[in-house]
Amino acid sequence: MEFLTQPWPWYIAGPIIGLMVPIMLLISGRQFGFSENLRHICASCNVANVDFFNYDWKAKGAWNLMFSIGVILGGFIGGVLFANPNAVELSAGAIDKLQGFGLTNFDGFVPVELFTWGALQSNPGLWAVLGVGGFLVGFGTRYAGGCTSGHAISGLSNLQLASLIAVIGFFIGGLLMTYLILPNII
Amino acid sequence: MRAKDLITFFILGIFFGFILMKAEVISWFRIQEMFFFDSFHMYGVIGSAIAVGALGIIWIKKSNVKDSDGNPITIPPKDPSQVTRYIVGGSIFGLGWSLIGACPAPMFTLVGAGATVFVVPILTAILGTYVYGMVRHQIPH
Repeated sequence: MEFLTQPWPWYIAGPIIGLMVPIMLLISGRQFGFSENLRHICASCNVANVDFFNYDWKAKGAWNLMFSIGVILGGFIGGVLFANPNAVELSAGAIDKLQGFGLTNFDGFVPVELFTWGALQSNPGLWAVLGVGGFLVGFGTRYAGGCTSGHAISGLSNLQLASLIAVIGFFIGGLLMTYLILPNII
Repeated sequence: MRAKDLITFFILGIFFGFILMKAEVISWFRIQEMFFFDSFHMYGVIGSAIAVGALGIIWIKKSNVKDSDGNPITIPPKDPSQVTRYIVGGSIFGLGWSLIGACPAPMFTLVGAGATVFVVPILTAILGTYVYGMVRHQIPH
């Protein structure tokens, strides 16, 4: 039981995540990549008849959409049924910098001061944070042709230069946000 | 696709979501810590995942193993000449990744884990994908 509620060290969790790449290829030759699901959802309700979404999303994406429903359930099992009772064991340096952002509560896996319905009610600007963040992720991932799973894990596993460039892009954007923008907006 | 395969992918998804929780890579705190370079954790997870994925791909290529339908496994290469799309698109993605501390799969995991406010970025990520589809002929790749 302990094993199921405790967080797993990187050298156990990482290799298991990596196994997803060959397992998916072996099941039916599919490449591991999650963000395609966002495109399949767009294709399933292509109201403006955009050419990019005119394809048989059921034939192309049913497997991945099933996977995404599983991911939600996996989050429930890992985050609710077998919830870790303790806070994330962050490094002292990270806590120090996040306190500099004005955060005081480090319980849970996301800051309750930012990402709860209560927080959204008391600070309506947080709707924009979540909304804009999601939009950037959705737009950027399709523009870049993949997300963390498609580029960082699948792509780099297959030694793709394109994926290396994309991951460098992920870090350019991420570092800009963490160092220059986030401290000024939260 | 056969029902059996769909069920297999559903179970794989459950497994993946569970591991994302246990690895804590769905945590906004962990993402900030990664961009602060204050802990090896995220780099260890992603790096060891790539190493195992690479070994798996090498084995698949060397052994010429077929997939479960008996078809040869081919992995189409990604075109590295479209540098603009990877750098600009990747940076836009990175801005969002840091802002909300979640990339696409973790947004779904977080909703299952009870952080239901993440339905907001899921909806706007779908919108962002749709807008990309509308404007992609007007932007450089």
